[in-house]
Amino acid sequence: MSSIAFLVNGTPVRIAGEAPTRTLLDWLRETRGLCGTKEACCEGDCGACTVMVTDETGSKAMNACILFLPQLHGKAVRTVEGIPGPDGALHPVQQAMIDHHGSQCGFCTPGFVVSMAAAHLNGDRNHDDVLAGNLCRCTGYAPIIRAAEAAAQAPVPAWMTADAAFLSAKISSGGPGGEAPPAAYRPTTADDLADWYLAHPDATLVAGATDVGLWVTKQLRDLAPVGFLNGVAELRGIQAQGDQFRIGAMTTIAELRSAMAPHHPSFAEMLRRFASAQVRNAATIGGNIANGSPIGDGPPALIALGAVLHLRRGAERRSLPLEDFFLDYRKQDRRPGEFVEALTLPAKAPALRIYKLSKRFDQDISAVCGGLNVTVENGLVTGARIAFGGMAGIPKRAAAAEAALLGQGWSAETVARAAAAMTQDFTPLSDMRASAGYRMETAQAMLTRYFHDLAGAPVSVLEVAP
Amino acid sequence: MSLGKPLPHDSAPLHVTGQARYLDDIPLPAGTLHLAFGLSTIACGEIVEMDLSAVRDAPGVVAVIAAGDLAEIPDCSPSIGDEPLLTAKQIEFHSRPIFIVAATSHLAARKAARRAKITYAESQPILTVEEALAADSRFESGPVIWARGDAAAGIGAAPHVIEDAFEIGGQEHFYLEGQIAAVLPQEDGGMQVYSSTQHPTEVQHKVAHALHLPMAAVRVETRRMGGGFGGKESQGNWLAIACALVARATGRPCKMRYDRDDDMVVTGKRHDLKIRYRVGFDDRGRVLGLEFQHLFRCGWSQDLSLPVADRAMLHADNCYWLPAIRIESHRLKTNTASATAYRGFGGPQGMIGIERVMDHIAFALGQEPLEVRRANFYRGMVAPVAGPGGASPPGPPEDISGQMKSAGPSAPLPAGEAPDLTSRGAAGLAGSGRRLETGPSGGTAARIETAGTVGTAHRIAGAHSPAAAKAAVEAERLAALPQTTPYGMEVSDFIADALVAELEKRSDYQARKAEIARWNAASPILKRGIALSPVKFGISFTLTWLNQAGALVHVYQDGSVHLNHGGTEMGQGLNQKVAQVAAQVFGLDPGAVKITATDTGKVPNTSATAASSGSDLNGMAAREACLTIRSRMADFLAEKHQIAAEAVRFAEGMVHAGGESYPFEKVAQCAYQARISLSSTGYYATPKIAWDRVKGQGRPFFYFAYGAAVSEVVIDTLTGENRILRADILHDTGSSLNPAIDIGQIEGAYVQGAGWLTTEELVWDGKGRLTTHAPSTYKIPACSDRPRVFNVGLWGRENPEATVGKSKAVGEPPFMLGISAFLALSDAVAACGDGRAYPGLRAPATAEAVLAAVKRVRGHA
Repeated sequence: MSSIAFLVNGTPVRIAGEAPTRTLLDWLRETRGLCGTKEACCEGDCGACTVMVTDETGSKAMNACILFLPQLHGKAVRTVEGIPGPDGALHPVQQAMIDHHGSQCGFCTPGFVVSMAAAHLNGDRNHDDVLAGNLCRCTGYAPIIRAAEAAAQAPVPAWMTADAAFLSAKISSGGPGGEAPPAAYRPTTADDLADWYLAHPDATLVAGATDVGLWVTKQLRDLAPVGFLNGVAELRGIQAQGDQFRIGAMTTIAELRSAMAPHHPSFAEMLRRFASAQVRNAATIGGNIANGSPIGDGPPALIALGAVLHLRRGAERRSLPLEDFFLDYRKQDRRPGEFVEALTLPAKAPALRIYKLSKRFDQDISAVCGGLNVTVENGLVTGARIAFGGMAGIPKRAAAAEAALLGQGWSAETVARAAAAMTQDFTPLSDMRASAGYRMETAQAMLTRYFHDLAGAPVSVLEVAP
Repeated sequence: MSLGKPLPHDSAPLHVTGQARYLDDIPLPAGTLHLAFGLSTIACGEIVEMDLSAVRDAPGVVAVIAAGDLAEIPDCSPSIGDEPLLTAKQIEFHSRPIFIVAATSHLAARKAARRAKITYAESQPILTVEEALAADSRFESGPVIWARGDAAAGIGAAPHVIEDAFEIGGQEHFYLEGQIAAVLPQEDGGMQVYSSTQHPTEVQHKVAHALHLPMAAVRVETRRMGGGFGGKESQGNWLAIACALVARATGRPCKMRYDRDDDMVVTGKRHDLKIRYRVGFDDRGRVLGLEFQHLFRCGWSQDLSLPVADRAMLHADNCYWLPAIRIESHRLKTNTASATAYRGFGGPQGMIGIERVMDHIAFALGQEPLEVRRANFYRGMVAPVAGPGGASPPGPPEDISGQMKSAGPSAPLPAGEAPDLTSRGAAGLAGSGRRLETGPSGGTAARIETAGTVGTAHRIAGAHSPAAAKAAVEAERLAALPQTTPYGMEVSDFIADALVAELEKRSDYQARKAEIARWNAASPILKRGIALSPVKFGISFTLTWLNQAGALVHVYQDGSVHLNHGGTEMGQGLNQKVAQVAAQVFGLDPGAVKITATDTGKVPNTSATAASSGSDLNGMAAREACLTIRSRMADFLAEKHQIAAEAVRFAEGMVHAGGESYPFEKVAQCAYQARISLSSTGYYATPKIAWDRVKGQGRPFFYFAYGAAVSEVVIDTLTGENRILRADILHDTGSSLNPAIDIGQIEGAYVQGAGWLTTEELVWDGKGRLTTHAPSTYKIPACSDRPRVFNVGLWGRENPEATVGKSKAVGEPPFMLGISAFLALSDAVAACGDGRAYPGLRAPATAEAVLAAVKRVRGHA
């Protein structure tokens, strides 16, 4: 493959000669002349560039500003121009947006329309979740939600399902075609990836590009060589293995969320607030871990769960507890040419609670994210896994707090002692998200909240109805 | 009837299909250059050395222009000419534009701009209002002080006194479409400019000034903006001027748009400020004396700061009769991006001050805040004013010309300065601080300053009953006086009392308040709060001469109507409203009226679409133009039928005359054939207003718009996390031109106003660098942040003044309904304490701020 092939609004396109980090948004607007898709932030935080991407796993809203063209190989893209029918008939969500006065300045509207159309297609009526990644500055959202509700009953127009049919017939996603686009490598097997990465340890691996995308659009970095992982099907997916789950590195956050919901509802609830629908549809759990961010939301939850990380370098594989992977700020226990293959985690953890604290509830990076998992037997604490993001240069366990709990009676006094001990565990920083003092106070308060939460007391403002 | 219909935005079908064209979507000729600024990496200091060779050598670069390449540096300021486009030496704020790169693509220009090698001699920046006060770094020669009565004496005699201070954060506009401009050089040296601006005339003026062209050689077009909110009143000048400069230098079309992060660090925001207050009141909470000190952080240049700070002073009363008040306003100059216009234009800052005072008084007295507010309300409007009505004559012409004389054109100006008379910043030229009472630490101000440093320390003098009785008598006497604003304008249209009473009922405020108290008693971790706050917002530009507008209407021989007016469309539905006005005059369906891009070649000398004035001014101007054409058509038919022109009726696409009915297009065709002009301009100037900024006296506003909101919130006392649960709003848009659009404005404004006071936090580091420069770190409300229950009603009574369709302006007033959310949070925090310590919440009330307040009321802070 010296070219990238995909569908745009039902029309097959084949692209050659583009830089591997050319974004879909720039290509749509500048090359294809499809200007309905807007650029407003160029970092995946506003949704004005939302497009619908369909492959064999379904149709999903994604941010075009941080999608690189090679990520689309074998898929179908539908922009706002492709949401009306071929004869120009408006999609029900478009008509409802007009009827309910859902647009004012109109700049965010195409992104909203695509998010709404994708959700409509998927039968997803959790409008607040679906639209958390679309910012509107004019309407206050109320009329948009009214429109979404009004359109929910309408049948899915036939043209919206055409992409999936065409796909399976004409292009198989990530299919054979293994040739790389220029300056990029897109393997289809983990073995190929392992060999290539061993030979190119300086390469940038791109999973969902929801962070790497910003290296390009904001830091203006030239990334080369680049390896795209989206063609490696075996890295994707969740398998039950006894009392464990094995989660492939390329499993998206959206897939993880729905898989976790029945087993780890608190984890799933945090994942509901993990970035936005668009980002969750692209971002992968492997990327979230390998990225090594001190404020990624996956690791504190997974560490509290006792997840084990599986790494691969060439033919060599090793496993380690997730918390041991993070060594220091942006430094991980990962050797050159080594990549994250999967992680395993227990299927049961009834006492697991994840608390995400951010300036805004939805689509925000945590100031503090706490994962708490305490085992109490006969009134005594027999196990404690407590991990935090945002409290140190790495996601980290609260060893002193855990020690203060272990062997003690599970009581408000014990919890208070453990909270006090937490000052030995962390010396957080002040930044634009929170002050150091507030981070410490709230991390401690999360222990208190956890105590009340397990006792069944209401502890979340999100559960208070007007 | 087309007026009053809840029709969708005229562009809605284009919005939802992605066909609505914004500036960046306009196809430009091949060879168009893309521009980017090279930005400073320090906030204050001087450039020592600059090496741009790597920029010039970067791929795709066609031209690099630095200050040294220019014979003179164009100015971008909307006021006093203090914003040089580029700089060779002085750095006044972080991310200050230093040079321009022109390249073959947007990305190439951005990449190249980062390759500059610049060394600086860094100085200590002035970043806070305290630092600015200490350094006497300010605009105007001293604070502006407006006073009515003897505030200090009123406070001195009052049985209760509170003094306190609080901080109110700024706000990033976060228009979804960033700043953008494009310029096409014309055959004769003129410039065709496309600009995403609320003020095409100013862009025209500034580009002409930069290139030494007459304004007639520059034409500016604005079809629509992807949001403005005040952020595109003056901030677009930079991009248009840069494009024009490079277009002239290269002869090629140029386009410039800021990347979002650049946009957020370069452009101004809502002014943040600190408000200090000292208030004396009686047992019922009636204010006997009040002193405000406003410390406005204006940033590095004057921009529109003076009129913004003025408007804050003009809204320091909100709905309350304040017999003795003194407002001292400092406009402080700091090494930060220059704060600018933002929806409400200082009004929200002034209003939150008095609402804070009301809340604090109620807390101190242990009274229901709504009762304290009521006790201080202006007297209600006696009866619906049938009054002068539609035939009200314009104000005495000498008022306006008097203003002109003292204000501008005749005053000698420094050589080379070209005042932009259509800018609100021209107020600076008019007033300047010279004749104002000054004296940085004179009298009462000094007392406030020293006392204010104690943070939330307030003293409540005991209510000695004889003194209290005396105070009550005094309060009665004062309440009986003619009720005027602190700046001497009679409040004759006050309806907030009636409106609040209605909202209190509709929202079930009292019962809910009681229920919340019960709920809180049983809920140790989560606490709810509720608050009702009113809004009174003055409508008119305070720079009186800006209150004018023009329109141009053509009726074609097929009966179709083409309309242009001076306003710009930024999502507020202005064109739809104006189309409904025009259609009403002609008796046509609004769809028959086509409004195209705002164009300085069609309607000249326009004011910014700002101050909520868009439909008031342009609707009236369009109406005038339509009436002129209609009366020509009517005269024509009247003569034909030998009837009075007044007997000709235009309705439902038909024209009825002398028993005959003609389709409108038939009349247009016949009139054309009868050689009757079917084109007209229209013009409107707001009557009755007269304002002396220097004295702080007069009638700056044609009328007031009112509203009120009840917000209910819940907070988590462990983390400070909070949620708006419900909002009930009743808002006055007069006789609405389009209720759907008005409700949309109200809902959006409430959420934006609540965002200002909750999650939208701007954070600068110690070096003056904005650290919240993208949506990843600056959090405007997202979908789920809107109130779960959100009831919005329109008051629905006519404006007593003769506005277009008896409507009232709606753009800004409802923004301040968001203050109720802030007050509800304060109420929830208060529920955590024993009533002794006031929450003293700062704005924005982030989770962190709420937790700090919870600790304060619990005595842990």
